[in-house]
Amino acid sequence: MAVLGLKHMKSWFVAITLSVGLALPAQAQLTVDVENTAADELTIAVPGLTTPQSAETPAGTTAELGNKISDVIVSNLRSSGLFKPLGRNQVRGISFSEVTAPQFPYWNGTSASALIQGFVRSNGDGKLTVGCYLYDVALETELTRTGFVVDPGDWRRAAHKCADSIYSRLTGESPFFDSRIAYIAETGPKGNRRKRLAIMDSDGANHRFITNGQATALTPRFSPDYKQIVYLSFLDGNPRIYVYEIGTGRQRLITQSTNPTFAPRWSPDGKTILYSMAIAGNTDIYKVSAQGGQPTRLTSSPGIDIGGSFSPDGSRIVFESDRSGSQQLYVMSANGGGERRISFGGGRFATPEWSPRGDLIAFTKMAGNFRVGVMTPSGGGQRLLTNSWQDEAPTWAPNGRIIQFFRTTRGSGKTGIWQVDLTGRNERQLPTPVNGSDPAWGPLLP
Amino acid sequence: MLRYATPLLITSSLVLAGCAKKAPEELPPAPTGTSQPTAPPPSGPGYAPGSQGDFLANTMSDRILFDTDRYNVDSQDQVVLQSQAQWMAQHPNSRVTIEGHADERGTRDYNLALGERRANAAKNYLASLGVSPTRMTTVSFGKERPDALGSNESAWAQNRRAVSVVVQ
Repeated sequence: MAVLGLKHMKSWFVAITLSVGLALPAQAQLTVDVENTAADELTIAVPGLTTPQSAETPAGTTAELGNKISDVIVSNLRSSGLFKPLGRNQVRGISFSEVTAPQFPYWNGTSASALIQGFVRSNGDGKLTVGCYLYDVALETELTRTGFVVDPGDWRRAAHKCADSIYSRLTGESPFFDSRIAYIAETGPKGNRRKRLAIMDSDGANHRFITNGQATALTPRFSPDYKQIVYLSFLDGNPRIYVYEIGTGRQRLITQSTNPTFAPRWSPDGKTILYSMAIAGNTDIYKVSAQGGQPTRLTSSPGIDIGGSFSPDGSRIVFESDRSGSQQLYVMSANGGGERRISFGGGRFATPEWSPRGDLIAFTKMAGNFRVGVMTPSGGGQRLLTNSWQDEAPTWAPNGRIIQFFRTTRGSGKTGIWQVDLTGRNERQLPTPVNGSDPAWGPLLP
Repeated sequence: MLRYATPLLITSSLVLAGCAKKAPEELPPAPTGTSQPTAPPPSGPGYAPGSQGDFLANTMSDRILFDTDRYNVDSQDQVVLQSQAQWMAQHPNSRVTIEGHADERGTRDYNLALGERRANAAKNYLASLGVSPTRMTTVSFGKERPDALGSNESAWAQNRRAVSVVVQ
C-alpha cells in the first residue's frame, strides 16, 4: 500500500507524507468483507492518540484532542457494523515513541487483530498535525498511514479522515465518514409541525439549524461543493425553491414563476439544478443553470413527472412519473428525451436516487408499507432493504454502500433518520437533536 | 340556474367516466366543513358579510374530499362546489384561496404535486360554474397540514381534500 502523498488542497486542510516508519509488507493479510453477512466483526484496538508534548489550542489541549479523535474513530468504525473497536477505556494509552514502533507483545495479548496508533501535534503556527497508523497485530506489520494538517477547530475532520483511511484499507471500499448531511429537523404536534432546515456531520456532530421554523422547510440538497443548499420553503405562503448560500446566509429564488415548485436536485458537477413545477394540475421536471437564468423543460407528459437524480457521470436522470396511472421510475437522457420505464412487477415506486457508484438506484416502494429498496439502472435485481410501516426518501452515503432514509411512526407521525447497509444489515438510527426527515447525504469532503 | 361554461379541462387524463370509486372500509364523514352550530342568517351578529365565517355558515362545506391518488370532482363534490359558487356569486367582491392537500400515506414530493392537482380541479369546476378565475388562487400543502391526525383510513380520507378559504 502506498503512503499517501502530498495533495494540493485548501491550505487549512492538507494531507501530508509522514516521516519514515516501518517498511510496509508486500502482501497484506487483514481484510474485512462487507458483503459477507455471516462474518464476525473485526476487533480493532484504538488507544487514545498521543501527543509529543501537550499544548493549548483553541479546541482544547493536544492531549484532550488525541482522546477525542480516538473516540470519534471508535464511533465511526462501530457504526459501520463491521468492527468491534476497543477504545481507550479498554486498552492502555501509548507514548509518542510507540506510534511508529508498536509494542506488539501487549497488543497481541488483547483480542485485537488490528491496531490504530496516532498522534496530535501542535505545529507552532496555530495548526495541528494529526497522524494515524494502522497495524496488523498478528503479522506485526504496518498496513497504512495517513496524516493531515488542520486548524484545531477541524479536529473532527481529521478523525473522520483517519477512520476513512482505516475503513478503506480494511474493506476495500471507498471512504464516507468525512461528509455532511442536510435534513429537516421536526418538532411540535402532528397537527402543527415545525420544520427547520439543518445540517450536521455524518455522525450527527457539528449540528446547526439554518432556518428558524416560522416557515416550513422541506427536501434540502447540498451542492456538491457544500457551499449552497437548495430547498423548498413556504416562506411566502406557497411552495417555492430557494438556493441558500451557507457562507453569506443569502438566498435567492430558483425561479420567479409563481407556479408551485418542488423537489430540487443538484447535478453531480454542481452546475445544474433540477426542479419540478406544477402548472394547472400537470407537473414537469425542469433544469436550470446553478447560476440562474432560463430554465429548460425536460419532461412533457400529461401527468406528474417529478424529482430526478443524475447518474454519477451526469448523462442520465432517473425520475418518477405517474403517466402510466401509478407512480413508477423512468430513466431519461440528462437533456430530456429517451424516457424508459424501469420499475415493474406491482407496487408503486417513488423518490429514485442514483448511487454515487452508478451501479444501483435506491427508491421508496409502496405496496402496503413503504419500504426502501434498490434496483439496477435497467430495473433488475430489485431488493428491499427495510420493512417498517413507512420508510421513505433514500439518500446514498458517498461510497454507495450505505443508504440513509427517514422513518415515520404510525399514529404519532414522529420521524427519525435511519441508515441501512446495502446488505440489508446494520439498520440503525442516526441520532439527531429532535425528529428528522428528508435527509440528503453530501459527497466526501476533499 | 347554473351556467355551464366550456369546462376548462386541462389534460385528457382528467376523465370522470370509468373511475369507479372503491368504497373505503370506513366511510368518511359527510362533508360538514363547519364546526359552527346552526348559523344565524348572514345579516345576523357574528358574521361580516363576505367573511370566512359567513362563507362557512352559508355554504354546504368549505371542502371537497378525494379518493387515494385521485383528484376528480365527483357528484358529491359538485354539489358542495355549487354551493360555494352560489355564495361567491352573492358576494361578488370575495376571493378565495383553494388549498390542496394529501394524506400522509404518500411520498412528499408527489403529494405536493397531487395537492396542486386537487386544488386546481376544484378551481376548474368553480370556474365552470361561472366563478372568475381571477377571484381564485390555489396552493398545495401536500401532506404537510393534516386535519385529522390518526393513521387510519378515516383520518386519511378527511385529509385528502381541497379547502376553499376566503381571502380577507
